[in-house]
Amino acid sequence: MTTTIADLKMRNGAKFERLGNSDYPQETVERKVRPVPDRYRNAIGKFKVDRLANCIGCGKCGEVCAYGVHLKPEGFKYTIRPKDYLCIGPACLETGRDCVSQCPEKAIRVRLNPNAECLGDPRWSSDLVLATWHMAETGHTPPPHLEYRVGESGGGFDKIRFKFEVDGSESVTADVDKTADQQLEALPEIDTGLELNRRNDNRPRIHIDIPVYGGGMSFGSVSINTILAKARAMTAWNSFTCTGEGGYPDRLKPYDDHVITQVATGLFGVREETIQRVRIVEFKYAQGAKPGLGGHLLGDKNTPDVAQMRGAVAGNALFSPFPFHSVYSVEDHKKHLDWIKEVNPRCLVSVKVSTPTDVDMVAVGSYYAGAHIIHLDGSYGGTGAAPDIAKKNIAMPIEYAIPKVHKFLAAEGIRDKVTLIASGGIRTAYDALKAIALGADGVVVGTVEMIALGCVRCSTCESGRGCPRGIASTDPELVDLMGLDWATQRLINLQNSWREQMVSVLRKLGLPSIQSLRGRTDFLCYLADE
Amino acid sequence: MPDRYHIHTTVTPGRFHRVGKFGGVDWREDCARCSECVKPLCNYEVHENETNHNRDPLAAVQPLYECKACFSCVQGCTKGLLSLSVNPEYLDMGDEYWKADLIHSTWVQADMGKIPVSGAGYRGPFHGPGFDSIWTDMSEIVRPTRDGIHGREYISTSVDIGPKPMRLVFSADGKMVTPPSHLLEIPLPAILDIPAWPVREIGVALARASAARDLQTMAVLFAEDAVAVPDRDIGSVVPILSGEDIEKRRDLIKKASGMVQLLDGPEVATAAAEIRKLKPRAIVSIRLTLRPNTADRVVELSRQGFKVLHLCADQHGCERTSDGMPGRHIKDALREIHGRLVQEGFRDEVTLITSGGIALAEHMAKAIICGSDLVAVDTALLVSLGCRVCLNAHSLLIDGADRQSPESRHPECPIKSAVSDVPYATRRMVNLMGAWHGQLIEVLGAMGIREVRRLRGEVGRAIFREEIEKEAFGDLERIPLQRVSA
Repeated sequence: MTTTIADLKMRNGAKFERLGNSDYPQETVERKVRPVPDRYRNAIGKFKVDRLANCIGCGKCGEVCAYGVHLKPEGFKYTIRPKDYLCIGPACLETGRDCVSQCPEKAIRVRLNPNAECLGDPRWSSDLVLATWHMAETGHTPPPHLEYRVGESGGGFDKIRFKFEVDGSESVTADVDKTADQQLEALPEIDTGLELNRRNDNRPRIHIDIPVYGGGMSFGSVSINTILAKARAMTAWNSFTCTGEGGYPDRLKPYDDHVITQVATGLFGVREETIQRVRIVEFKYAQGAKPGLGGHLLGDKNTPDVAQMRGAVAGNALFSPFPFHSVYSVEDHKKHLDWIKEVNPRCLVSVKVSTPTDVDMVAVGSYYAGAHIIHLDGSYGGTGAAPDIAKKNIAMPIEYAIPKVHKFLAAEGIRDKVTLIASGGIRTAYDALKAIALGADGVVVGTVEMIALGCVRCSTCESGRGCPRGIASTDPELVDLMGLDWATQRLINLQNSWREQMVSVLRKLGLPSIQSLRGRTDFLCYLADE
Repeated sequence: MPDRYHIHTTVTPGRFHRVGKFGGVDWREDCARCSECVKPLCNYEVHENETNHNRDPLAAVQPLYECKACFSCVQGCTKGLLSLSVNPEYLDMGDEYWKADLIHSTWVQADMGKIPVSGAGYRGPFHGPGFDSIWTDMSEIVRPTRDGIHGREYISTSVDIGPKPMRLVFSADGKMVTPPSHLLEIPLPAILDIPAWPVREIGVALARASAARDLQTMAVLFAEDAVAVPDRDIGSVVPILSGEDIEKRRDLIKKASGMVQLLDGPEVATAAAEIRKLKPRAIVSIRLTLRPNTADRVVELSRQGFKVLHLCADQHGCERTSDGMPGRHIKDALREIHGRLVQEGFRDEVTLITSGGIALAEHMAKAIICGSDLVAVDTALLVSLGCRVCLNAHSLLIDGADRQSPESRHPECPIKSAVSDVPYATRRMVNLMGAWHGQLIEVLGAMGIREVRRLRGEVGRAIFREEIEKEAFGDLERIPLQRVSA
């Protein structure tokens, strides 16, 4: 199934003006959904289909299955190995077209896939991982047998619902039954775009077409293909991705207009020209997964290429300090921002901070220091390497920080003069929508992009050769496990699926745009245990 | 530059049967011996190591459990013959508090003596009971005390144990009336405590004493075990005594560390007086079972002059109640006790030691935030030796009352291999505490706090779920969970 959405121009987002400062020829990437199957031979599904020894190869299963699980190609004596990742499980019984009951020899058995049970964790449940893979593969909302909206962490976004989900008056999975064309017909009704500069300071009013951009991942922590795929996908969606703290690879130059240069405490690879060529520069004061600690690249991953980019010695572990030792006050902070603004007079400045108790004060201080974007990174966010104790125990999850900051900025009378971006635990389109309803303008994602590229959250990105699946690695052999075109398309598909879900929810809520959802906590409810 | 406290760790692989989380299933009889076999490509050489292990006639008959569940082989096999499943033996380990992941993490820390570092974000539940409902705060950009990683070497983890007079009193002729204070300073806010259940193997006690010496802290031992401790380590031992013991343990009291413990009871004042006759500078600490009314008893004992109090919660960190059900968690009990002492005006004179349920490095920091001066580590030390917490830990309490119970060890108890080799057990305990110390410094550094003494009772440096949830979600309509459609 190929669905084109090339004709989809966002009403307010159609001004693809050439704003960047880059003198490098900029590439465009087509915003088009194409099916991209798993890059491994055996895709993992929620269910396992066993064909027993008494199968006679009659092919009946292939005739009845509506999902393509069973195939008996022309001229084959037996049906080929079931594509069980396509199976929808017991729900199929209701369709009357299930293989288990229709098999004349009763030679088919369907059970939960033990592999799927090994995937995931409470935050990223197995269903969420599989659903994200489905979105990346098809570009559309996953089928009902996969829970794609919430995880199993038992708190935060997983305890918050839109009221329409609870009342049961409407099923949020209704879209699944609609054809892609019907969905497309409805899409232009809703504006999912976002303005990033609200300061009226004569700097560009940068517009992105989706309320999402990509989080910083350094060259070194992830592969060049991962970085490029993120940049290309966000170019297609007229949004942004971020360099992280590992410098600015030359191969990113064709996407300068959609790249954010990150300036973090280690200043690895930061040069005037990398600040001048982009439209947004981000100061990273802290990272949600390891607040109060600096960045951390273990020696094994500091290959010669990485070291060259960072101006470091290969093989040594690289630690960024915490915090900026030149910033101990709002005035110092302003000095930092002024420095960037002076170097690049047309860029916007984003300030990325984690979420301590006084995050609201930090946000206000950042605004007065001149920030266009305040980016809150919650404590359950992703990382390439962090002490386990820091991931769980330091600073508050993003769900708490968003309303705290939103209300404080509003009370200060500056809420509409600054863009508030949330990250650190935004796993699903529903998380993003809830974050916006709690008070954010948009979100930054990271882990979900890695999942879309095939991450299984085995947590071994930090050491040795890095990611065994080639996503978060700089090992030449491992990097080749993932192709750039494949990865780009997976991420384009993911964002399409997210946008479809956002539009679907906004339509249910009767809202014309994503920006009109901001701060609408009246649409939300909290699930109480009692 | 002054000497810095550093815990020297040594990689010491465990000698017990390791239980891993993932088990591989391999349908070898269907293997086509194709040329695209995924096994040699494993990033961690799991298949190769397993083959060599299986071929080794001297190797233990048990799986290696080295798989990281990256699924590369599972998804790559040309015939789909490989799969993974979660090892039920792993899920069976521990209980609802001492979870399998926690036990496994403790083993790794005891192996390596390093802070556990991993990729990807946090994987667990959003929050939980007890310590899991607290987040420590961090300081962002505008805190002058904050000194970051470069100042980390200067973060002090030392604490003082003993009576601390708030002021000095002088007589009219200028002589100091206040008796001189004898504080014990230890460089780690943790002492090594007796296990939750009666582990009678002397090897564990000796290893604790030896580890305490290496760590420059103290180990709590029953008096009958303490007498077996070699002279080299006896100076780090805190013997637990009762009134009738004192006379026959004169030598031990003299040779042991500057602190002794007495089980709480009506005769503690008499016993303490006798101890001080033998060793005038001895610090007498009272070991109390944590109960709902412990705050009253703490105040009473403090008024009687007992300034070092060791509060023993059960192994899930809960109070023991009269009906046998677990009471409040120590985070709540400690906040009450700390608050009472502040109210009474002598919090700074008293040292509170807390044990029971201190299972992770973060618990040490959080217990101190809630009001403890230091913690006592117990079950975690056994886990470092391979213990899987297979007893019903919740019913056991480390107040010494259970120590006469009959031996209830499983014949295959994994720590049996450790007790005959004290140096090995010592190294693993030191490694564990080295990893904890490193993690404590990480947290202190993130909080912008330069010494752990300042963390005590500093609830402003913590975020409590109940409070933040009310602030963040207070205006959301609350709906019973049951109303959510599946």
